[in-house]
Amino acid sequence: MDAIVLQILNGLDKGGAYALIALGLTLIFGTLGVVNFAHGALFMLGAFCSVALQKLLTLSMKVKDPSVTFFDAYKQIPYLEIWLGDTGKAIIDYAVPLSILVAIPVMLLIGLAMERGLIRHFYKRSHAEQILVTFGLAIVLQEIVKHFFGANPVPVPAPATVAGSADVGALLGLGSSVIYPWWRLIYLGFSLVVIAIVFAFLQFTTFGMVVRAGMADREAVGLLGINIQRRFTIVFGIAAIVAGLAGVMYTPILPPDYHIGMDFLVLSFVVVVVGGMGSLPGAVTAGFLLGILQSFASMTEVKSLLPGIDQIIIYLVAVVILLVRPRGLLGRKGVMEG
Amino acid sequence: MPIFDGKFTRRRVLQSGLVVGAGLAAPMVMRKRAWAETFRNDPGNNPNIVFGWNVPQTGPYADEGADELKAYQLAVKHLNGEGDGGLMNTMKPCSLKGNGVLGKKVTYVTGDTQTKSDAARASAKRMIEKDGVIMFSGGSSSGVAVAVQSLAQEMGVIFMCGLTHSNDTTGKDKKRYGFRHFFNAYMTGKALGPVLKEEMGTDRKAYHLTADYTWGWTQEESIKETTEAMGWKTVAAVRTPLGAGDFSQYITPVLNSGADVLILNHYGKDMVNSLTQAVQFGLKDKMVNGKKFEIIVPLFSRLMARGAGDAIKGILGTTNWNWSLQDEGSKAFVKSFGQEYGFPPSQAAQTCYVQALLYANACEMAGTFYPPEVIKALEDFQFDGMGNGPTLYRGADHQCFKQVLVVRGNENPSSQFDLLRVIKEVPASEVTYDPKIFGGELGPYKV
Repeated sequence: MDAIVLQILNGLDKGGAYALIALGLTLIFGTLGVVNFAHGALFMLGAFCSVALQKLLTLSMKVKDPSVTFFDAYKQIPYLEIWLGDTGKAIIDYAVPLSILVAIPVMLLIGLAMERGLIRHFYKRSHAEQILVTFGLAIVLQEIVKHFFGANPVPVPAPATVAGSADVGALLGLGSSVIYPWWRLIYLGFSLVVIAIVFAFLQFTTFGMVVRAGMADREAVGLLGINIQRRFTIVFGIAAIVAGLAGVMYTPILPPDYHIGMDFLVLSFVVVVVGGMGSLPGAVTAGFLLGILQSFASMTEVKSLLPGIDQIIIYLVAVVILLVRPRGLLGRKGVMEG
Repeated sequence: MPIFDGKFTRRRVLQSGLVVGAGLAAPMVMRKRAWAETFRNDPGNNPNIVFGWNVPQTGPYADEGADELKAYQLAVKHLNGEGDGGLMNTMKPCSLKGNGVLGKKVTYVTGDTQTKSDAARASAKRMIEKDGVIMFSGGSSSGVAVAVQSLAQEMGVIFMCGLTHSNDTTGKDKKRYGFRHFFNAYMTGKALGPVLKEEMGTDRKAYHLTADYTWGWTQEESIKETTEAMGWKTVAAVRTPLGAGDFSQYITPVLNSGADVLILNHYGKDMVNSLTQAVQFGLKDKMVNGKKFEIIVPLFSRLMARGAGDAIKGILGTTNWNWSLQDEGSKAFVKSFGQEYGFPPSQAAQTCYVQALLYANACEMAGTFYPPEVIKALEDFQFDGMGNGPTLYRGADHQCFKQVLVVRGNENPSSQFDLLRVIKEVPASEVTYDPKIFGGELGPYKV
C-alpha cells in the first residue's frame, strides 16, 4: 500500500508538469489552430526566469579566501547579504517563489511578442509548416539561453523551510515509509491551483466565454462584431504564462538547462494527443494519468516483468489510444480531421 | 669529363639512381632512430603539431568536460615552456624539455562529445581528418571512450583516454591505440570493499540504481561482486537512462524494498540529481532492518560533491585523485592549476593533464611521432611524481596501476574546496589484477 501511495504521489507531481504544459499547448491549438512546438521552450524560459532572478539576487563581491593557501582563491559574498544581512539571505532563499512575480509579466510579453511577431503569419498555413517554424523558433530560443547561461544545468534550490520531506504516511495513517519531499507536494498543489484558475477564467468571465465561443465557432463570433483575434492573442499570452510558471516551480525539482523544454515538449505533445487535441479537460486528465502510469512502470516489480517499460509506456499508451479512440480521451469531433 | 653530357645510357641511369637514393636515405640513417614509415598526420617539417581535446562540453558530464579542457590547455602551456612547468618539474623519469614535443610547438583543437558516442566519434573523425591531430584525448563517458578508442585503432591515431571508469575500456574493448591513466570499476570494488565491511558490517541489503551503459554495468557488476562476497544481499539492480534528470520514480520503490543500502552507480549530473533526490526522499535519515540507511556513491569527484552540496556529507566512495594530497606532484599541480584558474583541479582534470604529458614524454623517449614506437614507449612505462605515487602503464592492457583513494563527503570542510576527505590510500598492489579476467585483444601496432 505504501509503495502504491508513493508511486501515485510521484506520478501526480510529474503529471502536474505535463498537465500544465499540455494545457497551454491545447489552449493554443483550440483557439488559434496552431501546433506550437515552441511551447516546451516557453517552459524552459520560465525556468530561466528563476535562474536569472537567482543570479541577480546573488550578484556578489569577490573576497579573498584565507582558508586556501596553495593559490589565490576568492569567495563570492552576495551584495544583498552584505547590505541587508539576514533579510538579504532570506530574499535569496526565496528566489523561486519570488520568480513567479517576475515570470508572469515576462512570459506574457514573450508570448505576445511570439504570437504577433511570428506565429500569426502562419495561421493559414498547413500544420506541417507550423510545426517546422515553431520547432525552429524553439531551437533559436534554446541557443539564446545557452549563450547566456551555458550548457550546464543550473541548480536553483527551494527555500530552506520546504527543502526537507513530509511524513505523508503519518498524515494519511499509513506506514512510516511514505515520505515525500515538501517541494514536490507544493508543486502538485501549485499545478492544481493554476489549472483551476485557468478553467475558472475561461468558465466564469466574459472574456473566457467569448474565447470558448470562438473555439466553438470562430466565424459566428466574428460576425457578432467581436474582435476574436485580439482575444486569441491574449490567450496565447496566458498559455505562455502557464508554461512559464510550470517551469519556474520545477527548477528545485530538476536543475534546468537549455534543453529542458524539449524533453518535456515531446511528452506533453503525447499528452495532448492522448487527451484529445483542443480539449482542455482532456489535457489535464491525460497529463496526470500518464504521469502516474510512467511512475508505476518504473517500479522494480513491473520492470522485472517488462524490462524498459518505463521508457516506452507513454508512447505505448498513445498508440493504443489512437488505435482505439483516434480523437483521444476527451477529443471533439472534427478537430484535425479532414 | 662533364657530369651529364645529355645522353641517357643504362649505366648512367643506374649510377644516378644510386646517388639520388643514397642522398635521400642519408638524413634518415644519420638521424637517431629515424623511421621511414609514413603515418597518418605525420607533422613532417611542420614546426607545429596538433592535439585534439574531445571533451563533453554539453550533456550530463559537462562539468567534468569543462575542467578537462582547462587541464589540457594548461598541459599545452607547460609543454611549450610557458608557465611554471607544473608536473614536468616532478615527473620521474621525464624526457620533456619545455620546448614543445620533439622541438615542435604544440597547438590544439577542441570538440564537444555531447556525452554521446556518435557525436564523439564524429568530432574525433573531424579532428583526425580535417585538423590533422597527431593524438587526441578526452572523457568523461566510458561509452564515448570505447567508441572513439575503436576509431583511434581504425585510423592509426593514438587516443589517450580522459576520465573513463568502465572495466571494458581496458578490458574486453581495449585497443592498441588507446591508453587509460584513470582507475576502473574493478579497482573501485577492491578498494571500497574492506571499508564498507568495516563501517557497515556483513549483513546488509543493497539496492543498485545504475546508469544504463557500459560504465554503469561494469561498476554494478564489480560492486556486487565485492559486496556479495562480503555477505551482502542484492535486493534489486535497476537500470536508469543516462541523463534521466528526475530520478524520483526510481527512488520511491527503494523506500519499501527492504534494502538498507542504496548504491548509486551514477556519475556527473546524474549522480548530483539522484543523490540530491534520494536525500530529499529522506533516505539518509531512515532506519531499516534496525540499521541506519546508507547511501554509497562508488565513484565521485569534488565537482560532483560541489553540485550535491550538503547531500554528499558522510557519503563513501572512491576517487582517482584529490587535490588535498600532500605529495610533491599533487602540490605542484594544484598550485599551477589554482594560480591559472582560481580553484583546484578535479580528478578529471588531473588524469587529462597527466595523459597529455605522458604522451608527449613517450614521443620524446621514442624520438619520433610514429605511433607504433610511441605506443611501445608507453607500454610498461613506470613513472612517479604525477600525484598518484609509483605508477605502471601496463603493456598487456594499457591500464595504469597506482593507488586508489577511498573518500568520504567532508562533514566539516575547512574551505570552500575541502569537500572530500581521503580516508584510505589503497596501494596499487591491492587493486592489481590479471589482465586475462576481462578478455579482449589489443590489436596490431601497425594499422
